[in-house]
Amino acid sequence: MQPSCNSFKQQAAQALRDPKLQGAFGKLGDGLQARRAAAVGQLPEFEALREDARRIKRRVMSDLDTWLEQFEQKVRGQGGHLHWASTADDAREAILAICQRVGAKTVTKGKSMVTEELGLNDYLVDQGITPVETDLGEYILQLRREAPSHIVMPAVHLAQDDIERTFVESHPQLPPDRDLSTAESLVAEARQELRELFFKADVGITGANFMIAETGSTVIVTNEGNGDLTQTLARVHVVVTTIERVIPTLEDLSTFLRLLPRSATGQDATAYVTLSSGPKREGDMHGPEEFHVVVLDNGRSELLGGENQDILNCIRCGACMNHCPVYGAVGGHAYGWVYPGPLGAALTPALIGVEKSAALPNASTFCGQCVAVCPVKIPLTDIMRRWRVREHGQKMTSPLARAGLSVWAWLASRPALYRKLTGLAAWGMALCGGRRRRLSRMPLAGGWTRYRDFPAPEGETFHAQLARRKKRASKTGAGGLCHE
Amino acid sequence: MELGGKLEVGRSRRVALYVTCLVDVMRPSVGFAAIKLLEDAGCEVVIPEHQTCCGQPAYNAGGEADAKALARQVVETFEPFDAVVVPSGSCAGMIRDHYPKLLAAEPEWRDRAAGLAARTHELTSFLVDVLGLESVEADYKGTVCYHDSCAGLRELNVKQQPRKLLRSVRGVEMREMDDAEVCCGFGGLFCVKYADISNQMVSRKMDNIEASGADTLLAGDLGCLLNMAGKLTRQGSRVKVRHVAEVLAGMTDLPAIGEEH
Repeated sequence: MQPSCNSFKQQAAQALRDPKLQGAFGKLGDGLQARRAAAVGQLPEFEALREDARRIKRRVMSDLDTWLEQFEQKVRGQGGHLHWASTADDAREAILAICQRVGAKTVTKGKSMVTEELGLNDYLVDQGITPVETDLGEYILQLRREAPSHIVMPAVHLAQDDIERTFVESHPQLPPDRDLSTAESLVAEARQELRELFFKADVGITGANFMIAETGSTVIVTNEGNGDLTQTLARVHVVVTTIERVIPTLEDLSTFLRLLPRSATGQDATAYVTLSSGPKREGDMHGPEEFHVVVLDNGRSELLGGENQDILNCIRCGACMNHCPVYGAVGGHAYGWVYPGPLGAALTPALIGVEKSAALPNASTFCGQCVAVCPVKIPLTDIMRRWRVREHGQKMTSPLARAGLSVWAWLASRPALYRKLTGLAAWGMALCGGRRRRLSRMPLAGGWTRYRDFPAPEGETFHAQLARRKKRASKTGAGGLCHE
Repeated sequence: MELGGKLEVGRSRRVALYVTCLVDVMRPSVGFAAIKLLEDAGCEVVIPEHQTCCGQPAYNAGGEADAKALARQVVETFEPFDAVVVPSGSCAGMIRDHYPKLLAAEPEWRDRAAGLAARTHELTSFLVDVLGLESVEADYKGTVCYHDSCAGLRELNVKQQPRKLLRSVRGVEMREMDDAEVCCGFGGLFCVKYADISNQMVSRKMDNIEASGADTLLAGDLGCLLNMAGKLTRQGSRVKVRHVAEVLAGMTDLPAIGEEH
């Protein structure tokens, strides 16, 4: 997927003008926030669990290679195959090689953001293989040739009637006047369309929420059951995941399973939690004949041991975006790559380079809501700020803004001069404000005054008033407030 | 005025007031209101003369060297005092939460920054949490809603303190608006750099303020207050905007922020 992160502003402006998107994302937060709050409220140990989860993640990251090796050994021991992929190219080639070796024509897919990162669908199509998304949201987006706008609810930007129209256009074999006015009817139609493809698929590709080193299992946490059909009905199951998703034990999994659904959708538990531990064994009734895990790095290992390492702790619950007022205002597509919201603002620069995504870490008021709800306590705003330091250091920010800040800092370190100039500014702005006591226009603040007035200052600064009082007090001999 | 005094602030209750750039230039009465509140609570208030900016704009824009220089200056200026009080959640949060991180790699400054951080407080939090103040002597006739500014709320846990004191103001009727804890869209330079998004955020805030039925909007941070006041006046709203300290100190003779004479 070609990133367009640095067009964030234009993409955001477009989203702000789209009433449909405004409706979709405006409502998104309210429901999900309340559901999460209710679910968390019923679990008094939630804070303790967050701390446990962070500890587990820290432990994993300090020894990531060891845990991954243990996972690899277990997978191989169970008859599975493991493919290390440094880059997106490596991962795509590994997946293609598997598909070609088994002569795959159709590939079903469970929801996977990592395959979005790989642009896997387009790649497979170019190689003559038909990928079929089986998660309802992803299925709709595939029909519409759109990218996900949320990592958990990929089609959240669409309204019922958008989906209805898409189904009528994409399923011409069905009567055009059929009733698709309810969510149930849409789900039923998608299920019917997909059922046959599940059986037809040669390869089923899923992501993984976790890899468990102790057992060599991959885990998916889902609500629709499509992931299970994808991975059990096809002859070959390929798991595509990334290095940081490994956790040591099943016990650790139980910690994360208590945090993930509550944070993501406000559910105590999802409908399905599925562990895959190798191919079908003798005596097993179901399961794939081949089991592959493709483990992608794609720049993540560069974060290990560095100041932004904590972003690797992310368990992809989406709570940060559900609670982010910026994401809520512009939606996911404005962010211009795979991962939107605060997660994207902190992670994307590490994966595609800060020069291609400089706009994202700046698109935050640092309100801190994302940090407050993150189940693994990632200091998202600190990470965004450090990307800003990188941009500033590499002179990627506007020269005018940089100069302005330097002048301000220079001035602020010279209190006497600072007093004179701020005094002048306060007086000048008050004068311009006039009787209305507000300015409708101001130089260099077009962004402010386009939408709001600038309230005029009182006129004399605090320090000037204080100095005046001090003078008067010394004349009359009275005590009182003073500068020290 | 009742005063519990949970914590002794030195023997003399001598506190330094950090006036903040926006209070100094835009709304000096907030500084004088803070002084009155602190003095009424038995403190001796000192205003260190060399105070300027806490460095937050540079810090948030990635200008680390400038931010560090200003942080050292603030540490030097304010460390002689038993307590430092700031009528702003974001500037207090800068000193309490961010200075220790910012100066962590400088051995000669690290401990000094941590020491100052531990003695720095947002105004209403200082009055309630440190001094144990239960009520204030003030009158204000109006229905008020309080916006929880982000840094005060999430970095310093300022939530109940201003409400507790406001409930003791004679004539005040409190209303809670929806999403009082959601950012108003100010975000320092964010509101100019991402003006369209900021406008969307402040517009949603406006709807909640108007829907609350309050005639006065209060908060503890001038940045947010200027943002919301500017939007309200642009929309022709009659809601008045003030810093919470003005109402708590009973100093509301001055026109509200952005209000005509």
